[in-house]
Amino acid sequence: MPRDGSVVRLDGQGKPLWLVLELTYRCPLACPWCSNPVEFEKYDNELTTGEWKRVLREGRELGALQLGFTGGEPMLRKDLEELVGEAHRLGYYTNLITSGIGLAQARLKALKDAGLNQIQLSIQSSERTMTDALVGARAFDLKLKVARMIKAYGFPMVLNVPVFRQNIDLAADILAMAEDIGVDYLEFANIQYYNWAMVNRDELLPSREQLQRAEAVVQQARKRLQGKMIIYFVIPDYFEERPKACMNGWGSIHLTIAPDGAALPCQESRLITGLEFPTVREKSLAWLWNESPTFRKFRGAGWMKEPCASCDEKEKDFGGCRCQAMLLTGDAENTDPACAKSPHHHLIEQAVARAGDPERVHQPLIMRRASREELEVTLG
Amino acid sequence: MINEPARFAPQDRPVVNPLYLFRWEDTQQAWVLLYPEGVVKLNDSAGEILRRCDGRTVADLVSELQGEFDAEEREVETGVYKFLEASHAKGWIRRQA
Repeated sequence: MPRDGSVVRLDGQGKPLWLVLELTYRCPLACPWCSNPVEFEKYDNELTTGEWKRVLREGRELGALQLGFTGGEPMLRKDLEELVGEAHRLGYYTNLITSGIGLAQARLKALKDAGLNQIQLSIQSSERTMTDALVGARAFDLKLKVARMIKAYGFPMVLNVPVFRQNIDLAADILAMAEDIGVDYLEFANIQYYNWAMVNRDELLPSREQLQRAEAVVQQARKRLQGKMIIYFVIPDYFEERPKACMNGWGSIHLTIAPDGAALPCQESRLITGLEFPTVREKSLAWLWNESPTFRKFRGAGWMKEPCASCDEKEKDFGGCRCQAMLLTGDAENTDPACAKSPHHHLIEQAVARAGDPERVHQPLIMRRASREELEVTLG
Repeated sequence: MINEPARFAPQDRPVVNPLYLFRWEDTQQAWVLLYPEGVVKLNDSAGEILRRCDGRTVADLVSELQGEFDAEEREVETGVYKFLEASHAKGWIRRQA
């Protein structure tokens, strides 16, 4: 008979349990921590509806269970309802990850009818002026309206709050806002420093004191809201002595398809130079997952160098994040510098110190935009 | 959910929390619980209990499983109650009003 703890967590057993479709990199917002590539406009040859449907079928055949529709802003795809319907028929648990922009009532109803399981809505603070400034658009009122509509339609809802220096001190107000909306899951997502967030790292990194205060607020709220709301808050790896178990290991359970059809082990992996990213236009999903040299490159522990190779925690954190190793040390095969055992750990400590240096001259946040847009302005 | 007692009584009617999708998954040959960004794969007996959390009483659920499992009746009963309480604490099930 079952006992406490008899529940088995999935290890994937070689299956891509998590399939993430980045339907487009287009987005009406300009968030300066966006995880999309800095040159996102290079990948504008988006897959067609038919091509996405083939990805969905092949993903289910490989054993994918969880499906994320994300972007950019996935609502910009007019075929989203059709793709959700197909995913639902195939047996996925379907998650929509959205800014809320474009989620009008008619489309929300159509998504419900198509079988969408849950919606993750992002919001950046509990204050209108701050939110609108952070995302570069008048979005706050619209997001709140969309949040209430999502609950009115009976969707389970994750409110995702990207966390950084500018908004972290509002944790208590954000909690109260989430409680008022009636969200089921509140995720304080300490942003990770790649792509646009890396460009703005000095301005976005919170201080250790800010993190500790926010964590205390969250712990109190968890007691108060037990059984009503699940609250996620993870201390970012820059402030821990050990790296995150990134993606549960490279090519272990996560498969992302970029707008142009490239198969990625994680959404940031294109920043690793020297790897090729073939697309679903050229290869089957089975080949991309099982055979492609890119997915095999860091699968398991065979690729590891010291100090990872002999570390007794390597099965726990898989050496951390390959993209972060690339970005900070110039070599994706190195130990993630977030680990205190890394010979490059000082790079993390220096970044934290620089961001918190009271003498540092602050810079304005660089908003996400296409380099092409500037060109168009110049050309008049 | 928050004010419900932790222990289950024979006349309670547990149902799967509508936040979760509970179903058989062929590729895993197992019952699974799917929820926002998460998956739990259940072992056989956990699956057999949860698929009976459909509005019938705990008493009915226990007597049915006592007929199915090759174990002492008392042991089955204790196991069902323990599992229901653990599932309730995780938010997987609630009592039907």
